[in-house]
Amino acid sequence: MTDTAMADSQFTDHYLRVDRLPHIWCPGCGIGPTLGCFLRAIDRAELDADKVVVVSGIGCTGRAAGYVKLDSFHTTHGRAIPFATGLKLAKPDLKLVVFSGDGDLAAIGGNHLIHAGRRNIDMTVICVNNFNYGMTGGQMGPTTPLGARTSTSPYGNFDPPFNLPQLVAASGAAYVARWTVLHVRQLEKAIADGLTKPGFTFIEVIAPCHASYGRMNKLGQAVDHLHSYRKRCIVKNEADLRETEISLHGPIVVGKFVDTRRPTFGDRIDSMLHRAHDNKP
Amino acid sequence: MSENGIIQGEFFMNGDEACAEGAISAGCRFFAGYPITPATEVAERMSSRLPEVGGTYIQMEDEIASMNAILGASWAGVKAMTATSGPGFSLMMENLGLGVMLETPCVLVDVQRAGPSTGLPTAVGQGDMMQARWGSHGTYEIIAIVPNSPQEMFDLTITAFNLSEKYRVPVLIMSDEVVGHMSEKVVLRQTAPEELVERPRPTVPPEKYLPFQADEGLVPPMALAGEGYHFHATGLTHDERGYPAMNAAAQDRLARRLVDKIRLNKKDIIQYEEAWVDDAEVVVCAYGITARVARHAVQMARSEGIRAGMLRLITVWPFPEEHIRELAQKVRTFLVPEINYGQIVLEVERCACGEANTVLLPHMGGGVHHPQDILKAIKEAIQ
Ligand code: SF4
Repeated sequence: MTDTAMADSQFTDHYLRVDRLPHIWCPGCGIGPTLGCFLRAIDRAELDADKVVVVSGIGCTGRAAGYVKLDSFHTTHGRAIPFATGLKLAKPDLKLVVFSGDGDLAAIGGNHLIHAGRRNIDMTVICVNNFNYGMTGGQMGPTTPLGARTSTSPYGNFDPPFNLPQLVAASGAAYVARWTVLHVRQLEKAIADGLTKPGFTFIEVIAPCHASYGRMNKLGQAVDHLHSYRKRCIVKNEADLRETEISLHGPIVVGKFVDTRRPTFGDRIDSMLHRAHDNKP
Repeated sequence: MSENGIIQGEFFMNGDEACAEGAISAGCRFFAGYPITPATEVAERMSSRLPEVGGTYIQMEDEIASMNAILGASWAGVKAMTATSGPGFSLMMENLGLGVMLETPCVLVDVQRAGPSTGLPTAVGQGDMMQARWGSHGTYEIIAIVPNSPQEMFDLTITAFNLSEKYRVPVLIMSDEVVGHMSEKVVLRQTAPEELVERPRPTVPPEKYLPFQADEGLVPPMALAGEGYHFHATGLTHDERGYPAMNAAAQDRLARRLVDKIRLNKKDIIQYEEAWVDDAEVVVCAYGITARVARHAVQMARSEGIRAGMLRLITVWPFPEEHIRELAQKVRTFLVPEINYGQIVLEVERCACGEANTVLLPHMGGGVHHPQDILKAIKEAIQ
């Protein structure tokens, strides 16, 4: 990394621990651009940065918490959501953001994902989906398309993937969107929407991991890999979520899929326990 | 009930309920748990009492989530607890380690039942004692205390919160099914403010704050989420700034401090109780419900003129090794009854270091020892 050129400072630098740069991500990885969108979305949503708390799990994406100059927690594999749940319920004025990867959130943490959706806990989950476990060298995971090659599916993956928007919407999330990292403006707006909307908001970000997934599936260099995703995209807001599955080379449906209002977990506590709360000191 | 929702007075209640009341009296205002026999009554009591004192109860999807939720709540500045039993205790182990690594005050109650696996869900065991010490991976030190009555479930829960806040470490209450389910008189009281210990807090502005920089006391001041400190906390090995530091020197500094902040303060942490040890030839060393049975057996031995004594461990981790070493110089035999096939006996034997015999009197669980069996073992020991 010695000859890595440092980019000129950016206006989001005040949200970054610049003393920790350069970061560990491969050049061309999709996590960095996603983080950029998130940091810009904080301003766009006009949030008080003192109240924004970032919680990550484990993996390449999980390292994001360590680069943001906000209160941030890098927890254990899969457990960012319940950790964030404790923070939110104990101090409701915090703005919780879970920033993690598909393997972390949908495999080992899958149970927490659906239960947080069911409860409609007020938090925003940014899920960087690169279809494999990048940090450990590119193994198949719960989002790997059928037929895709990874270091643990050398004959092609035979383990059907989750369709994350459908899963999370069925769980009860208030807001569900999917964009690729090349949809910079839409992604930034979706994250800002998620941050301002009460309830469980979920943004899936289709991101290249050219170092592992891209290489093993012959998707080309980082830029080609990105463009191939872009070309495969079909924007379809309010899409039928049975049609948002992702196959190895087929279309990728992106857009805002769910945007509803239902009481958050905190709302329910306040209304149902109102009488008990009246007795509080 | 007093004005602030703290219940005071004499009640007839079981150990699990007393534990919940102890937590509330200690200022616990967040509970995350998952139903499991024989700890469920702790959760039930918390679900009804926390809303009355302005606290939050949440039933999580499993024990892994419960453990994480209390860590999160603690970082939001709210004293937090969970309660479980064997299978759930196993599930909590990884994130107990996260609590140790992030130096997060919280209390975890294990109402032990007989195992392994599902074992005897409704019947007593003491088989998680070594798991309490070594259950999470890596190098660390923990605090574990063992109540032996509903009253102690109340009192020692307050102690657990205080130790946890003082040393910024999860504290384990290693109860058991009998103590959890037995009902006795319990005196509930409001804990006086001066009796409550609160975590050390930063005294410097955010730009000067180093979240994992500790002074001689080895316990760093703790900022809370949302206060503007913009700190980072990670389960990775980290430096004083909280930044990941992937090298052996940083690991050495951090792991040593995490262990030493407990080990070097053992005198402050460790509690035990003794009876008739001064002239004792044989000392029965026991904890939890077994200590109550053992005390009865020692009394019977004394009434028969046998020089038996009783050492009751209240703090099991860190282990009172100096005290056992001293006693080993004076007594012939340690007799260790426990409801497992030999756990704490290993520690006693290690500390006795050949200076005194160590004899295990095991019970596989599902019931407690019969005092007559302990008496018989005492008699055999002095022959
Ligand atoms: S391995 Fe893949 S996911 Fe990880 S940093 Fe490199 S490109 Fe990104």
